[in-house]
Amino acid sequence: MSPRSALAKSRRSSELGLGLLAAGITISGYVLVALSKTTDLPPDLGLLCAVVVGLFAVAHLAVRRFAPRADATLLPIAVLLNGFGFFVITRLDRDRLAGTSALAPIQAIWTAVGIGAFVLTLVVVRRVRTLERYRYSFLLLGVAALLLPLAPGIGTEIRGARLWVRLGPLNFQPGEAAKLLLVVFFAAYLVDKRELLAAGSRRVGRFVLPDPKHLGPLLLAWGLSIIVMVMQKDLGSSLLFFALFAAMLYMATERASYLLVAFVMFIGGATISYQFFAHVQTRVTTWIDPWSVSQGKGYQLVQSLFAFGTGGFAGTGLGLGSPQKIPAASTDFVFAAIGEELGLLGTVAILTAFLLLIGSGFRIALQADRPFSKLFAGGLTMIIGVQTFVIVGGVTRVIPLTGVTLPFISYGGSSLVANFVLIALLLRISDETAAIAEQPRPTVRTAQPTTRTGAR
Amino acid sequence: MNHAIRRVGLAVTVLILALVAQLTYLQVVAADRLERDPRNVRAQIRDFSRPRGQIVTADGQIVAQSVKVDDEFEYQRQYPLGSLFGHVSGYQSFTLGNTGVENVYNDVLIGRDARLQVGSLRNISDLFSAKQTIGNVVLTISAAAQQAARDALGDKRGSIVALDPRTGAILAMYSNPSFDPTPLASHNAAEVDAAFAALNADPTNPALARAWRETYPPGSTFKVVTTGVGLETGTTTPATEYPTLEELPLPLTNTTISNFGRSTCGGTLVESFVASCNTTFARLGLDLGEKFPPGTTQFGIGSSPPLDESPRAVASQGPQAGSFAAAAPQFALAGIGQGPVSVTPLQMALVAAAVANGGVIASPHVLGSVTDRDAKVIRTADTEKWTTAMPPDVAATVGDMMRQVVERGTGTAAAVDGVAVAGKTGTAQNDDAQGNRRAPHAWFIGYAPAEAPRVAIAVIVENGGTPGAGDEVTGGRVAAPLAKTMLQLLLGQSQP
Repeated sequence: MSPRSALAKSRRSSELGLGLLAAGITISGYVLVALSKTTDLPPDLGLLCAVVVGLFAVAHLAVRRFAPRADATLLPIAVLLNGFGFFVITRLDRDRLAGTSALAPIQAIWTAVGIGAFVLTLVVVRRVRTLERYRYSFLLLGVAALLLPLAPGIGTEIRGARLWVRLGPLNFQPGEAAKLLLVVFFAAYLVDKRELLAAGSRRVGRFVLPDPKHLGPLLLAWGLSIIVMVMQKDLGSSLLFFALFAAMLYMATERASYLLVAFVMFIGGATISYQFFAHVQTRVTTWIDPWSVSQGKGYQLVQSLFAFGTGGFAGTGLGLGSPQKIPAASTDFVFAAIGEELGLLGTVAILTAFLLLIGSGFRIALQADRPFSKLFAGGLTMIIGVQTFVIVGGVTRVIPLTGVTLPFISYGGSSLVANFVLIALLLRISDETAAIAEQPRPTVRTAQPTTRTGAR
Repeated sequence: MNHAIRRVGLAVTVLILALVAQLTYLQVVAADRLERDPRNVRAQIRDFSRPRGQIVTADGQIVAQSVKVDDEFEYQRQYPLGSLFGHVSGYQSFTLGNTGVENVYNDVLIGRDARLQVGSLRNISDLFSAKQTIGNVVLTISAAAQQAARDALGDKRGSIVALDPRTGAILAMYSNPSFDPTPLASHNAAEVDAAFAALNADPTNPALARAWRETYPPGSTFKVVTTGVGLETGTTTPATEYPTLEELPLPLTNTTISNFGRSTCGGTLVESFVASCNTTFARLGLDLGEKFPPGTTQFGIGSSPPLDESPRAVASQGPQAGSFAAAAPQFALAGIGQGPVSVTPLQMALVAAAVANGGVIASPHVLGSVTDRDAKVIRTADTEKWTTAMPPDVAATVGDMMRQVVERGTGTAAAVDGVAVAGKTGTAQNDDAQGNRRAPHAWFIGYAPAEAPRVAIAVIVENGGTPGAGDEVTGGRVAAPLAKTMLQLLLGQSQP
């Protein structure tokens, strides 16, 4: 390893400070949850402090060791969001239905697994280029992961969506991993073919349309989305895949006409599915008017809106609201539970954190030197961005409700592990960019000793 | 590539900002409407999951209290006096909603009342302490008076309402049968539903607060109103002579109104009042004509008395304005408290209070004061005027006639040793749902001491009389003794 640069030192000490702040917020939230019910501090406070600080320390040390020049903000924001989700889930556990098990301890274990996966990713993926090389393997793995829940025997249907795979005592969603695997493939494929795709051959009015034979990837994305939606009844993931690949195609080619084509395909697909699938119709009609079905299909959404309204500007206070009235409060509707108890202050704070995370992701994409790294970072960031919009927009009635997890905050192991891997990959790209920038470049910029500090 | 990445980044930012805009709408602009939506049970859950103040009687007995329990809501409402204050206190029920004092003074009991929050601050450090600002409601009713009313009624259906005519403070308000609110406040929804269904299935209707939620024909007690309106409008005077008759033919019909037991009576207005002579007051009802309805509305008839109970008191009915030309016989019947007249026991107590208080009716109320957690009084109920029934001189004249009723007329059974009591008896004919005549209701309204009244009262015993019997037999023998018992107790209790 190269000797520690000034950049690496400053970035790592920023990360340490911000991470400890995030750990502090997590611990404070946990204490507040306990104090809303009793006057005593939680008995396991010491253990919690040790686990929160310990897990962050492991991740931080891994970054120091394996990606010392990487962006300083990604890990602290992930820790903050994850910690926030943890104490909200702890609070929801208190009012859980009799006979159901507490989710917070399981979430804590998954967090540890997630940090493990984070470290492992940093250790194994030493160069982003390695991933590029195995693009078709990733495609196969991704498609396999996507189709796995449909396999008889191990596939499990939970709450009407067939997304889970049961292996022994564990339920997990391979679709979460599929997102990452397919982003690798698409980034590699599009970087190869972007010249061909960008060179349009047919002019229709103002737009130059691409050659139909190069529309392959778009058609594949469209096909995958439809498969997911129809076979697994998972509208959220299907929307996510479609938006993700359309955006990546646009980033690769800089051709707005692809967005137009994608939009037309989306409208076509949406119209057809509305015609043929009852569950799509339900989602749309419930979105347009949840109030007339407030005791039936619209119950969840109406309860969510009530939660936001009751929370108001400052919220009822942590532990003092009734978020248990919202079904699925710890998974899809966790944002509504936050809205009730922490108010607009809390919800906007969370969205700001996501915006910072997304901003850092796109900044890493912009600064990356190699096209694959750029597109890969852009795609990874889009996963977080689109997913946040789809679920928060769904529970606030901006768009029809489709169930996806709120990254890092919702209860759910597969999603948490996948998101920690995602952050590790972004850090890897960031570190690589900074390392290249630090090396002297005799051919072009010999006269310029200043390093490019990407943080500016 | 960077150009496109920037654009995508911008697009995602715009989408997230759209979420912020929608959240601002939901959590600021529409927040109040969403929070108050009747389908949103969050406020209710909050009220149930926190300590709640006590409801106590004027003599310090606990009517309602919250005890800590280990379930979803943490606090369980209990009613230690059982059915004695069932109608007055109402219940706090998650399934059924709140009623009675529990509903009207909910904000006080859970501490949301602004005066309570400011008033209970002793020093600045209280702002930061975890002390609850819950308030207690102290009723104007004493457990002793309420128990006396229950004992007086015994197993007879009916109602007793006693109040201080000077302030409108209710001193006793009991309806028989009553109910125990405790099962309705249970946190077990099935238990609540079963208890509620059983209450509603009971043919004696114990859930009905007869005192302010049921109307009856008032019979001769309404002659107090007829006389008041007659004197105020100059339609009659105490010395006006009325013919001595056995029955009065009604205009436009072949029917007549007869005196009880087909007796013959008449003479001056005063003599007719003391003997409760129907022919005279039927005549007076006809003489009043269209002057009659506005006169009764001055007594508050036709509007809901502003009693602090929930559901609110029902309005009593009198003769219909504008109907005299077409339905004159109804005005003759109204003159003797039959026909179109239908009143609550509370309204009749307020009629007695009007006479006692120089013609002015104070707003009736059960709230005595609000106290904080240290039993410090935060506020007391104000005396407010509800309506002016008649001028003071008319009230004095009517009062003098009522005094004679107890001295030498149909109401002698209400006389209390050493105290001048004023009153009026009533025997109200009534029919069942099939139109068959039932035993008449026995009524007594009055007040004491006559020269400086402190207690006004109305007593009704449903179907307490013998069919065809006169006032002396029914109101005088059945209802007046109950009033006597209550007056004795309340006069001993109250301060001059």
